[in-house]
Amino acid sequence: MNHLDKLENKSIHILREAYANFKNLCMLWSIGKDSTVLLWLARKAFFGHVPFPLVHIDTHYKIPEMIEYRDRLALEWGLDMIYGENREALDKKLTYPDGNATRIECCKLLKTEALKNTLNGKWPRYRLNHAKGAYEIDSNTEPYTGVIVGVRADEEGSRSKERYFSPRDRNSDWDIGDQPPEFWGQFKTDFAPGTHLRIHPLLDWTELDIWEYMKRENIPTVSLYYDHGEGKRYRSLGCWPCTFPVESDAKDVDGIINELKTGKFANIAERSGRAQDKEDGGGLEELRKGGYM
Amino acid sequence: MMVKSGNYSNKRDLVNKQDMNIVIVGHVDHGKSTVIGRLLADTNSLPEGKLEQVKETCRRNSKPFEYAFLLDALKDEQAQGITIDTARCFFQTERRNYIIIDAPGHIEFLKNMITGASRAEAALLVIDASEGIQENSRRHGYMLSMLGIKQVCVLVNKMDLIGYSEKPFRRIEKQYRRFLKKVDVEPLCFIPISAREGDNVANHSGKMPWYRGKNVLEVLDSFENEQLPEDKPFRMPVQDVYKFTKGGDNRRIIAGTIETGKISVGDEVIFYPSGKRTRIKSIECFNREPLSSIGAGWAAGFTVTEQIYVKRGEIMCRANELKPKATGRMLVNLFWLGKNPLVKDKIYYLKLGTAKVGMQLEEIRSVMDASNLVSRKKEQVDRNEVAECILTLDRHIAFDLMSDIAKTSRFVIVDDYEISGGGIVISELEDQTSWVRDKVIMRNYKWIGSEISAETRALKYKHNAALILITGEKQSPRKELGRALEKQLFDDGKLVYYLGMGSVLYGVDADLIDHKVIPPSRQEHIRRLTEVAHIMLDAGMIFIISARELTADDYDVICTGIPSEKITVIWVGGEKTTDIPVNMYIDSISDIDECVRMVRKHVKL
Repeated sequence: MNHLDKLENKSIHILREAYANFKNLCMLWSIGKDSTVLLWLARKAFFGHVPFPLVHIDTHYKIPEMIEYRDRLALEWGLDMIYGENREALDKKLTYPDGNATRIECCKLLKTEALKNTLNGKWPRYRLNHAKGAYEIDSNTEPYTGVIVGVRADEEGSRSKERYFSPRDRNSDWDIGDQPPEFWGQFKTDFAPGTHLRIHPLLDWTELDIWEYMKRENIPTVSLYYDHGEGKRYRSLGCWPCTFPVESDAKDVDGIINELKTGKFANIAERSGRAQDKEDGGGLEELRKGGYM
Repeated sequence: MMVKSGNYSNKRDLVNKQDMNIVIVGHVDHGKSTVIGRLLADTNSLPEGKLEQVKETCRRNSKPFEYAFLLDALKDEQAQGITIDTARCFFQTERRNYIIIDAPGHIEFLKNMITGASRAEAALLVIDASEGIQENSRRHGYMLSMLGIKQVCVLVNKMDLIGYSEKPFRRIEKQYRRFLKKVDVEPLCFIPISAREGDNVANHSGKMPWYRGKNVLEVLDSFENEQLPEDKPFRMPVQDVYKFTKGGDNRRIIAGTIETGKISVGDEVIFYPSGKRTRIKSIECFNREPLSSIGAGWAAGFTVTEQIYVKRGEIMCRANELKPKATGRMLVNLFWLGKNPLVKDKIYYLKLGTAKVGMQLEEIRSVMDASNLVSRKKEQVDRNEVAECILTLDRHIAFDLMSDIAKTSRFVIVDDYEISGGGIVISELEDQTSWVRDKVIMRNYKWIGSEISAETRALKYKHNAALILITGEKQSPRKELGRALEKQLFDDGKLVYYLGMGSVLYGVDADLIDHKVIPPSRQEHIRRLTEVAHIMLDAGMIFIISARELTADDYDVICTGIPSEKITVIWVGGEKTTDIPVNMYIDSISDIDECVRMVRKHVKL
């Protein structure tokens, strides 16, 4: 077994444990490279099927190509696709691009709040009707008790302390100081009513692992990750007002791998193109405690 | 230049080098952080300018520079000041990429230490030369043993504080070796170091000419990566049996991660504790070339030739290899992490492999303080203590002994939603139904399979096989209910049969009645009744039995032979007088049609 095989098999094991232990299970799909690798791993774990819904939080500020890619793969791979949103904040224009919120406040409303209320079923969920190729309000409003998320320990500070199965209390809060022990491949799969668990199969993967695996498995990605001749590409995908491309001439997966290994990005943080990370000191950990992935 | 931590890990050479996770443990303030800081600095693994930056900060604050500050500086970036959990750092040598897991030294964080250490293949244990062996030096040594970390090197740190003299070093080595021997850990070596001064970390220090052994980096490179245990008997805890029918997929796939051994298409396999047997038909993959054999470490999936009913929690084994144990009682060694003590008369869950089963503490043989190995007789096991105990399980499960296959001998205990302890099985013990189980395993093993699967029968009869047990006091209308239920189900076209216990006694059990066979004759009656029921259920039938005052013991025997999810227990007429677990109560059958309707609603037939 090589390095990628080890990572892959551990992740598959975790996905199967999640599926066996949680009745109301879903997977968050941000359309980015990490959660797309996670989706691919789910297809591997379940032999071509994905036996739980994929949930996407649509801020309506995503780069349009991301949404096209989402719906194309959902139809092609027969995915049970669901999206949620913060309709109220959008209607009232309480957003950063509208000039009525700071970046962090905007993230909190359009992502954290939307996520929390989509997971607990309090706000409408929109489910893809494969026959019609359109989204409809989902009649299922049961809260999800297991939420699979594609975070990696190496992404930024707070994530290095995550567990594979990480409890969230009634308010979706994360108690970093008192996390469950995790050893011998046994995870916390029991939870009190009203609480839920976040499941992190990609915790041990690095950014480079993700791209090398993409290459090995030939996983389709959004072309925004590549330079199309302007000398620019996205290293990390988010909402267009707050995510900026980096200077790069990597035109394909090989180009990116080469750049990460030897080039200028070897020493620069991946999320450096994400403006909200810089806006306040411990911002991301705060957002994260509140449920942001 | 190589860099540490978080985002900087990209430069790890994944193609040409091995990875190894190392945990660094020891008593608080014995210098773990200094050792790590020194390793990062001496292997040029710090981000550019970090060393200079930290030195400059110290100078401005008129604070002497320490290597531990490097780790703190990195941790602040990485962890924003929270250091109670394990943190990870990266560095590399010519041979490997290392991930160092810094485990907390405070006793309050033992569960974090265990979480970190259980991911490691080798451990560095740090002891302060001037303070000597302390409480957590011993406790961590013991935990390494429990966790099964075999490669351990002891660093006797702060040699500069004792003038680099050999005598105290040898004294610590002798004492600590003696301790580790008791807990079955054999350290590869003891190294006298000063992490602060850099002695014997990456160099061979001239200050201790009496020491001719390896330095820390050399020892790390001499550790061996764990080999995947393919040479052991095959073990795969069943995670699930998948049948995803979407898109016309009719594969029935038995999935799980292979712990030990290897297996090939065509091999005969046996599932424990059921004892059911079949052969590997295919190894299933997605986006991969088909395989003809597969081994330890892989998250696998199999289709089999004979369609047998197996479920999550069983262990798939290969025929003609060492058999696992299967019982509901075991002697174990465990450590306790829970806020509440481990006590008797409380229901816990035990998780071993993929099995999860109700558990009670039957007896505490001894409780030991892991920091001094002093055993005491106690009535409960408190937080951070280790103990030898007897555990009783709600039902039997399959497992191995620590001495045979460590991976499938390890379990955790769940108390009130939380993993609160872990342990290893030392030996299996007889339980009340052991005598029945051996017969059932043999029956399943020898069972001559049919071309027709249970699913095919269920499709044809339009219902699943089920066992309905009707019990109650002597005068209760068990038989009336049983007969009425049979009649109505039959009239509705179901395949159904009613049998009263009396009909079994004088036929199937005639020899028992004649010879008053003991022991325990009642249990043998029940066992035979169970075997009759097993045949009827295998035929796809709804089988209704009425018997007087069945007990929990009887029920355990029945469950040994028939999966409990196929059984419904109905108590008829008045208060329950036995301890049998009941699914449904019926007080009176004055309106028999209504009673039958209720039962049918309950069993969904």
